[in-house]
Amino acid sequence: MNASQAVNSILYLDGVSVSFDGFKALNNLSLYVNEGELRAIIGPNGAGKTTMMDVITGKTRPDSGQVIFNGDVDLTQLDEAAIANLGIGRKFQKPTVFENQTVFDNLELALAGNRRPHESLFFKLQSEQMDRINETLISTSLSEHQGRIAGDLSHGQKQWLEIGMLLMQEPDLLLVDEPAAGMTDEETENTARLLKDIAKTRSVVVVEHDMEFIKALDCRVNVLHEGSVLAEGSLEKVQANEQVIEVYLGR
Amino acid sequence: MSIGTLSRKPMIMRILDDRVAKSVLGIIIVSAFLIPILNLWVPESSPLHVPSYLVALFGKYMTYALLALSVDLVWGYCGILSLGHGAFFALGGYAIGMHMMRQIGDRGVYGNPELPDFMVFLNWQELPWYWYGFDNFGFAVLMAIVVPGLLAFIFGWFAFRSRVTGVYLSIITQAMTYALLLAFFRNDMGFGGNNGLTDFKDILGFSLQTDGMRASLFFLSSVAVVGGYLICRMIVDSRLGRVLVAIRDSESRARFLGYRVEYFKLFVFTVSAILAGVAGALYVPQVGIINPSEFAPANSIEIVIWVALGGRGTLIGPIIGAIAVNYGKTYFTGAFPEAWLFMLGGLFITATLFLPKGIVGTKSIIDAFERNRLKLAKFLRPYDYVEGGDGR
Repeated sequence: MNASQAVNSILYLDGVSVSFDGFKALNNLSLYVNEGELRAIIGPNGAGKTTMMDVITGKTRPDSGQVIFNGDVDLTQLDEAAIANLGIGRKFQKPTVFENQTVFDNLELALAGNRRPHESLFFKLQSEQMDRINETLISTSLSEHQGRIAGDLSHGQKQWLEIGMLLMQEPDLLLVDEPAAGMTDEETENTARLLKDIAKTRSVVVVEHDMEFIKALDCRVNVLHEGSVLAEGSLEKVQANEQVIEVYLGR
Repeated sequence: MSIGTLSRKPMIMRILDDRVAKSVLGIIIVSAFLIPILNLWVPESSPLHVPSYLVALFGKYMTYALLALSVDLVWGYCGILSLGHGAFFALGGYAIGMHMMRQIGDRGVYGNPELPDFMVFLNWQELPWYWYGFDNFGFAVLMAIVVPGLLAFIFGWFAFRSRVTGVYLSIITQAMTYALLLAFFRNDMGFGGNNGLTDFKDILGFSLQTDGMRASLFFLSSVAVVGGYLICRMIVDSRLGRVLVAIRDSESRARFLGYRVEYFKLFVFTVSAILAGVAGALYVPQVGIINPSEFAPANSIEIVIWVALGGRGTLIGPIIGAIAVNYGKTYFTGAFPEAWLFMLGGLFITATLFLPKGIVGTKSIIDAFERNRLKLAKFLRPYDYVEGGDGR
């Protein structure tokens, strides 16, 4: 395999396999994402998209294969917290925010740095950090809602808040699982714009079902099927692929 | 501009803004001074005189209040439903009990200056090594803090690192206290077996049987409740507290934000066990006995009822709950001894079904009811609400 690919890419998966009770969720999956790239992953249900996210973020240990971050860190040896602190942020499929706390507090909790109990006991918010939170509030259109309890937000606002929390982590790589699910057309459009904006400074991997949304992202696409990559390229290219049409788009 | 920073007022201001907390703490502080005065310096003939048995009773309630507070810290704010906190309470009590046993000296039934009565009875020749040091009051107090804290730390280290959560964690905390119950029952453990430790005479040279001692212990217990409240409040109002609530509400989200959930749980569980240990250390001199029944699983469950009834996750609620339930227990076990356990069970069911946020949360239940009533009114008579309705 190409060592150069591993070095240049922010994320590099090689021969990753995971099975649950005999079912191969990931089957010798290999793929890489370049630094600063926006990448979309599509595939039918059960193709292994979420399992792939689980492997990258340390929730699931692969049976075999390697996952290299930033050229030299083997993620399969680390747990969720360590991987998050390396600079990988993850948005869940179902919007997951801290429902009983305010929007502001949610963002503050996600603020980079300060993850130890004794430090957080005496933590005081600095003005630069305050500015960062305000910036994120603006970029996610949540400024007016900062004092609201996150559980009271609409579905779309929760999705945005979660993306905002990811930004507060200052990750190099964002993994975003179905950000447009349950959104109105306008919200979907705005979300695509937000992610493209984020991708100017960070690498972003988006898992999505919604073809309109993928089109709006206008990026390289991987089609996953039965735990491995079936096709890769621009959306037009993969949509024209016979096999892809058969397993996914044709249905 | 930011609400977030505006709400971060100093702790003392926050407490003063909280009507219930302010009143309850105020009452505790005032009575900490007033009750001893009314007991010691107001003549018995006066209607204002507080009898000594009540002082002792209130003192006991205060230690229960501190115990309830410790459970609320872990359960209310971090979602760790401990059904074994009675064990930490009992261990704190044993530590101070051992000191008081040593203080008996040669005044025991057997008059042995070296060994406590139960060891003489068992024909033991010398003091076991783990009793060394308990002659010293400071050491015993230290142990009342260290032993529960250390047990919680070791227990938590294994449980939280293995990601045991929810009902499974509750079950193993029950198993922990039950195992300790069985262990402390054994005579050869060297803690007095079934009978436990009792016949205490004095502490720091002062007799335990005097009114002055009872009043002092009541005062100390009240101070401990207020101090415990302030410690818990400091924790839950800090960023650490916000992380705890985050873990309670969405553990995996907290992990993927980079928080080592197990360290936070370990911290709060250990602090909580220490508070429970201090409560136990204050309890035993007031009741004059500590035996293995304090480890009974049912005791730990009862603490949870106090917290649930008072209002989980409010800190002040559990203090109210502990005092209210134990006052009820004192009264009803005298008036209707058979009915008490049924009433306790009924209380728990009522609290769970109708007062999910407990006594302290009741106000918001009324709010919720009002809101529902408004919705219903709108539904029935929509035309009255067309203009300017705020929706909720």
